[in-house]
Amino acid sequence: MALDYNLMIDSLPLYASAAAYTLYLAFCGIALSVAIGLFCAFVLYYKTPYIGWFVKGYIELSRNTPLLIQLFFLHFGLKLESESCAFIGLAFLGGSYMAEAFRGGLEAVEKIQIESASALGLNRLQTALYVVIPQALIVSIPSIGANIIFLVKETSVVSIIAISDILAVAKDIISIHYATSEALIMLTLSYLVLLLPISIAAHFAEKKVKFGVFGY
Amino acid sequence: MAFSGIEVLFDLNNLERLLGGLWVTIRIALISIFFSAIFGLIVGVIALNKNIYVGFIYKLYLESIRIIPPIVWLFIFYFGFATLFEVRWSGELTGIIVFTIWGTAETGDLVRASISSLPVHQTQSAAALGLSQFQIYRYVIIPQALRRLLPASINLATRIIKTTPLVAMITVVEVLKIGQQIIELSLLNNPRSAFWIYGFIFFLYFIICYPISVLSRKLEQSVNTNG
Repeated sequence: MALDYNLMIDSLPLYASAAAYTLYLAFCGIALSVAIGLFCAFVLYYKTPYIGWFVKGYIELSRNTPLLIQLFFLHFGLKLESESCAFIGLAFLGGSYMAEAFRGGLEAVEKIQIESASALGLNRLQTALYVVIPQALIVSIPSIGANIIFLVKETSVVSIIAISDILAVAKDIISIHYATSEALIMLTLSYLVLLLPISIAAHFAEKKVKFGVFGY
Repeated sequence: MAFSGIEVLFDLNNLERLLGGLWVTIRIALISIFFSAIFGLIVGVIALNKNIYVGFIYKLYLESIRIIPPIVWLFIFYFGFATLFEVRWSGELTGIIVFTIWGTAETGDLVRASISSLPVHQTQSAAALGLSQFQIYRYVIIPQALRRLLPASINLATRIIKTTPLVAMITVVEVLKIGQQIIELSLLNNPRSAFWIYGFIFFLYFIICYPISVLSRKLEQSVNTNG
């Protein structure tokens, strides 16, 4: 197997800009998912009537359908423009995963903590802000890390709705230069460069918070 | 006619074709899940080995599966293997191979985690009772590990089912491709067919995956309450 190294080096800027774009998409998707996830988790944790049902329905719908089909429905079915499809799709998918992560954290906070807070005279908002949320966030860090990696990986799917991410660049290089091996190697390397640092960071964050659990 | 277009689902034998296409992805998922369960058990037990080389290879395998997105694996096995080794698998076979490799890694990790989460005193008590190594596994470890394993592995099954539509990208004619064909065919006389076809496929996946995830949650609750 003789690889065309020049082509690989020449295509480097293309991959770099596509990787930057993928990161941008993933970052916006993650930010939206965190917002949706926090909202849904609080609604479920405080057992809000009516909205609770809506949130439950959304979580089930989002977790039990493939992103590919969600994107096709948004892009071709509802005729949305491709970039907004990517944001909506990633937020729709990620929101439910983040909601589960935060809810797990909220439920891990022991009852006695809330009782102690009210014994100290804190009101509900203060209890939430100073007692429940800080502890819940620490507990949910490992699953948030896993979700972030999951969402960055899922961005690979958005190329099918005409978004020029890394996968689309690789497909272009395959069809223009017939350089399949080179394009695929670069594709794999791009994902490694994108995801290894996140994976390592998540691993360390997880190690660190293992010692940060209160109440024991 | 203002809001219609739904008749595209019932035109000709469209419904039948869509369901047939769905069966293609489900078949890939089922075969992959079957093999992942078998290989995953083996890999999981091997991963319990304390040997550092075994541990290293296992970690490398698991992490490389987790870091590279499934669609990239499909591309590597479909286009990459064809150019590098001149082996040309059908899209469906490629799907089965990739999802089996992925499922095996994830199942293996679940098996390893569930066995190593068992308290050590279980093995020790069994040994004190005079059970052999095989008997310890057969009567003490496996029955307990299996109960912890079941909810998570059912969850994994829905993840595999949700990822299989990606095989449409490697030329497998499954539900999404058939949907596209139907939409192109009805483009002139039914401009809203895309909405109904993709909406219907969305709904199809939901009614397959939802019962499975409900089952997984029920099992998880029963494991938690029974200790």
